[in-house]
Amino acid sequence: MTVTKPVSAPVAERTLPPIDLAPLRRRRIRRVLVQLACVLVSLFMVLPIVLIAFAALSTPDELAEFPKSFFPSDFTLDTLRGFVTSTGVLPAFGNSVLAGLYTVVLSLAVGAPAGYALARHTFRGRDAYQVFMLMVRALPIVVLSVPLATIFLRVDMYDTVAAVTLVHTALAMPTTVLITASIFVAVPTDLEEAARVFGCTRVETFRRVVLPLAIPGLAAAAVFTFVLSWNEVLGAGVLTIGHRTLPAQVLAALADSPQSYRLAGGLALVLPALLFILLMRRYLLSMWGSRG
Amino acid sequence: MADVELRSLVKTYPGAGTRATDDVSLSIADGEFMVLLGPSGCGKTTLLRAVAGLELPDSGQVVIGGRDVTYLEPRHRNLSMVFQSYAVFPHKRVRDNIGFGLRVRGVPADEIRRKVEWAAEMLQLTDYLDRYPAKLSGGQRQRVAVARAIVVEADVLLMDEPLSNLDALLRLSFRADLKKLVGELGLTTIYVTHDQVEALSLGDRVAVMKDGRVTQCAEPTDVYDNPASEFVGGFLGSPPMNFLSGTVSENGHGLALSLGEQWIPVPAELASYRDRTLDLGVRAESLRVLGADEPVDGALTCTVEVFEPLGSSVLLTTVLSGQQMKVTAPPDFRASPGDELRVAPTQTRWYDPETQLLLEIG
Repeated sequence: MTVTKPVSAPVAERTLPPIDLAPLRRRRIRRVLVQLACVLVSLFMVLPIVLIAFAALSTPDELAEFPKSFFPSDFTLDTLRGFVTSTGVLPAFGNSVLAGLYTVVLSLAVGAPAGYALARHTFRGRDAYQVFMLMVRALPIVVLSVPLATIFLRVDMYDTVAAVTLVHTALAMPTTVLITASIFVAVPTDLEEAARVFGCTRVETFRRVVLPLAIPGLAAAAVFTFVLSWNEVLGAGVLTIGHRTLPAQVLAALADSPQSYRLAGGLALVLPALLFILLMRRYLLSMWGSRG
Repeated sequence: MADVELRSLVKTYPGAGTRATDDVSLSIADGEFMVLLGPSGCGKTTLLRAVAGLELPDSGQVVIGGRDVTYLEPRHRNLSMVFQSYAVFPHKRVRDNIGFGLRVRGVPADEIRRKVEWAAEMLQLTDYLDRYPAKLSGGQRQRVAVARAIVVEADVLLMDEPLSNLDALLRLSFRADLKKLVGELGLTTIYVTHDQVEALSLGDRVAVMKDGRVTQCAEPTDVYDNPASEFVGGFLGSPPMNFLSGTVSENGHGLALSLGEQWIPVPAELASYRDRTLDLGVRAESLRVLGADEPVDGALTCTVEVFEPLGSSVLLTTVLSGQQMKVTAPPDFRASPGDELRVAPTQTRWYDPETQLLLEIG
């Protein structure tokens, strides 16, 4: 039985169609458009912050001028100094930082174990539990705050950082639980099992294996929670009078304060949150795999 | 070092309709290399995890070195384990990965250091001790996992498909290394795999599992030559064993299995199958290809469908009166689809078509 197989012609004899460059061009154009979109979105986010920063660094006189120049003619800290030295700002700043840090610690202490349980165990009512977690966010803060205020008054906790911390922790809980759950899901079960086979208790396994691998994610959750607490104004405003957090203080003083106070206050509110994110950036971006 | 005794282990996963392991009993001697072999979902990994304590059985018993460990925490069982995914800790250097078990057990630092370096040398990891696993290749990570398992001097070494994530070439070389290593250390080993070649090459004994039960547990050559069931014959060997189905009848030469126009002699012990169907099991390499005019009694004529040169041999897919049959021929053999081929079976096994179990002869 003889079989003749098809054989391709010698290379020189074949004529090939010309190289089509159109797909390459389309790809380039698309890349430029994506870059453009990125720039636009960034501008949308950054421009207000930059404007506020410029304004806060101008002299109070210049702020009163119209039309304002984009760049302040000479940078000065007078406006900021005026804001910082005005009544109640520094203690309010301290209250905000404290409330933020306490909220981070408390919400991680309560929320991370819940997240771990959601990530590792299947239990009856697991899905319902997850939905239930989000229920807190379904109620407007104002609706929550007023009854809470009466309760705090009764137990003598009204107008304290602790009260604000409790409310913020409750508000942060759903996101903390869901974020940490996704972090713990990403830690392979095999690693835990290996640790247990090689002699670790459950607690040791968590400390030696799960925690180090979850740290970057937990840091991200911490940043998120801190910023949430820092920016929350309604609950903090209702629950405090003498010990306000910074946003609550600024909000309360907003109506009867000069423009320089408002702009400096704006910068003072934005900066710490930005700074905190910047500090945590290493943890947000770096994972163990990319370590040098 | 210790022996392992599994007694009537039953495990059903919550929500699953069938038992993952169904009344499995197995004895593994001190220093023995036992391979659990089977297709995915056969319960081999569940069995291993029950020994490790990562899964608790519904009923039955696990005894290691004469001590009941059925419901004991994994850390109290004095085991070590190599995972399919390696499970090397990504946040620890190779040195700390290998020494992990020792450190947890509170072994003094200088002793840890000595043992880690010993294990690293055995597995050619000395140059990589201070690297993070992310900077290692898959094969190196695998060796870290093995090194971590051998430093702890455990009673039993458990391995869950440790080679399945390696590429073919590495798997081949590491298989031999592993056999040498475990042989030198004399470790009692339970090794789970779905790769029949691994099972045959590594095991002192192979337990073939199917649907949560052990179908056959014997030495590799025995499992290969005398498959206890058609499943085992079909699962082990590449190509799998051929099974030809026919009716037994008496002809001029005695009992014979009719395969279309052709027939093949049946041992006299199987007289009870007269006028009933019977399955013939024959391995591809047990079919000798005959020359055109080589006269042999009981030669079968089949038609070549596919011709596959494999380098060291030639694999032929043939059809014999409507039933497919694989034949291994010498590497210089040539044939084309449609050619007629005469073969003579050199080793035959007989199976009951209903139970699919091996019929013992003599």
